[in-house]
Amino acid sequence: MKITTLLQQQRTAILKKWFDSVADAYPLETSRFLKTQQDPFANPVGNAMTSGLEGLLEEFAKGAEREKLIRLLDPIIRIRAVQDFSPSQAVGFIFNLKKIIRDFINNIANAQVAQDDLARLEAEIDAAGLLAFDIYMGCRERLYDIKANQERTKVFKAFKRAGLVTEPSEDDPGLTVSNIS
Amino acid sequence: MADLPKAAELIKIDHKPKAKGWMETPVNIRPGMYCYAANPKSLDYMGFPNVREWNPLDQDWKLPNNWKEILFEGIRERLGRFRSFKIFMDICVRCGACADKCHFFIGTGDPKNMPVLRAELLRSVYRNDFTMAGKILGKIAGARPMTLDVLKEWWYYFFQCTECRRCSVFCPYGIDTAEITIMGRELLNLLGLNIDWIATPVANCFRMGNHLGIQPHAFKDMLDFFEDDIEELTGLRMGVQYNKKGADILFITPSGDVFADPGTYTCMGYMMLFYYLKQEYGLDVTWSTYASEGGNFGFFTSHETMKRLNAKMYAEAKRLGVKWILGGECGHMWRVITQYMDTMNGPADFLEVPKNPITGTVFENARSTKMVHISEFTADLIRHKKLRLDPSRNDNLKVTFHDSCNPSRGMGLLDEPRYVIQNVCNNFCDMPPNTIRENTFCCGSGSGLNAGENMEQRMAGGLPRANAVKYVQEKHGVNMLATICAVDRAALPDLMKYWVPGVAVTGLHELVANALILPGEKERETDLRQEPLPGMEDGTDE
Repeated sequence: MKITTLLQQQRTAILKKWFDSVADAYPLETSRFLKTQQDPFANPVGNAMTSGLEGLLEEFAKGAEREKLIRLLDPIIRIRAVQDFSPSQAVGFIFNLKKIIRDFINNIANAQVAQDDLARLEAEIDAAGLLAFDIYMGCRERLYDIKANQERTKVFKAFKRAGLVTEPSEDDPGLTVSNIS
Repeated sequence: MADLPKAAELIKIDHKPKAKGWMETPVNIRPGMYCYAANPKSLDYMGFPNVREWNPLDQDWKLPNNWKEILFEGIRERLGRFRSFKIFMDICVRCGACADKCHFFIGTGDPKNMPVLRAELLRSVYRNDFTMAGKILGKIAGARPMTLDVLKEWWYYFFQCTECRRCSVFCPYGIDTAEITIMGRELLNLLGLNIDWIATPVANCFRMGNHLGIQPHAFKDMLDFFEDDIEELTGLRMGVQYNKKGADILFITPSGDVFADPGTYTCMGYMMLFYYLKQEYGLDVTWSTYASEGGNFGFFTSHETMKRLNAKMYAEAKRLGVKWILGGECGHMWRVITQYMDTMNGPADFLEVPKNPITGTVFENARSTKMVHISEFTADLIRHKKLRLDPSRNDNLKVTFHDSCNPSRGMGLLDEPRYVIQNVCNNFCDMPPNTIRENTFCCGSGSGLNAGENMEQRMAGGLPRANAVKYVQEKHGVNMLATICAVDRAALPDLMKYWVPGVAVTGLHELVANALILPGEKERETDLRQEPLPGMEDGTDE
């Protein structure tokens, strides 16, 4: 059996297991909420997880593209970067998929999967994990930029009010996330 | 393959939370999720007790020896004074209707941010000390004794609530969970446990009239800068009046509008509106350099502090002998005015029932407080066709509206801001229904939490709001988020930078002033931000 076929046939079941593994890393009450509330505006975290994981699985099934992976990972990682997770926990959920897929292979009779096919998939999952780490760092750096610029602006404005800055043509020090990163 | 150690064993990452009850789950005070402790000088200035330096991350919070006694007495006294507090302690049946409605719970995933559970932090101690069932049955009755860990938990979570009251919209018993946070913070203040982003603005406001401690001449200097900018834009000077005795109306706005972008553009908007009304209808509006703050961080501190700060606005109105007070685009100021002022410092009998002299409209809702929200005022002017407007000047904007928690849930101001936007802009769309109006999601930075050191907390708390903005950005191309609260104007730009890049933030009266055709103005080439107006993009390049 091709790994692509397995992912397509068992899509819903794999997705559910993967989603549950991510949701269950939260405390019980939160995990229950993430799994049951379907409204995307009442449950943005659960919604980001559902649509992100679903898209990622599709990408893995057909051969992942870097840009698509980034687009799918970003909303999930962006949330986890401000929640109570260590960096490894924030990106680690991606690797849960490896064990889930191996369990499916082992538990389905006649599911003989070529090792190189499986290795290809696992390499893509690993690559997604590395991309997730890039995104995580990007999010954290964005937070620090926001903090730093807030302080710079505060100081600059205080100087301006005190008449210590004589040539301010703008109301900020001119630093934005885009031109310092 | 079978001999390989599992990855999780190698690096010992524990993804599973320990399955324990909430009472057994100890508080973990995480940097990024709390604001720095109050500056002792600020607390001392206001006469708060138990002033000292302390650090939330230290084991020892340097509490007074009798701190438990102080808290017990504090709760006992407040149960007697505030019937609402006693009722809210007793009647919750823990149905869970509020549980998933809090933006902090949704964003952080921390169950202790479920409003019901946050309230249980206090209720459990109340049951233990003040109810027979709790005294006899203890934990079975949901009671637990006060300990240092419990106190730390109170502090951590009562400062992870923005008192936005979204949860109370869903409570079948009408429990106002914000009032429990308010009471929790008031009790913490008895032990000197405030945060600096609240305590220092409170002290500044009490001493100097505004949160930043800006002196009257500096306040005037800032408005003079805006005069220069407006003159460059329109060729006209607005002639702002200060502390004018006998003016028709005293205008009070949050100082954030005077000192923080993008609120400064909203402030310029007020100035331009008042100029228009003076020229066209002779309306006499004065600003005050003493009552130079609409915001009231006393509301986040204690009832007494709220009352002390609120009183200055009315004292100034009395001193100047104005007819009534017009209030700017502020958030919690309006909850203080609408729900507390009247029994706290009111009724303001020395003022007249607010009547718009231009349209004849009497603002019945402000009959007792004598204070009118500028959105109502402007909506009334537009409704009576008293303003000449060119909404096409805002055609580069696709606007959505964030209902600020306090004006929407605290005073029912839902339609007026939308009416104004739709008359000064041609492109407006609302966010999804369960994220606006009385269901609005908080910006995540209200009630004194708009500091820098708690950025993770603010971003997590603001996620549900940002998520809805992102939806209208993707679906309708929205690029401007309008709001009528100074904290929103300060907080939402950071929130947008993190979650929804490409969406800027504006106050309502910035949009109004862009569209407003001032008598005698020169042809405008830019908007208030000095960006070219639609159709003027080429002209500014030369």
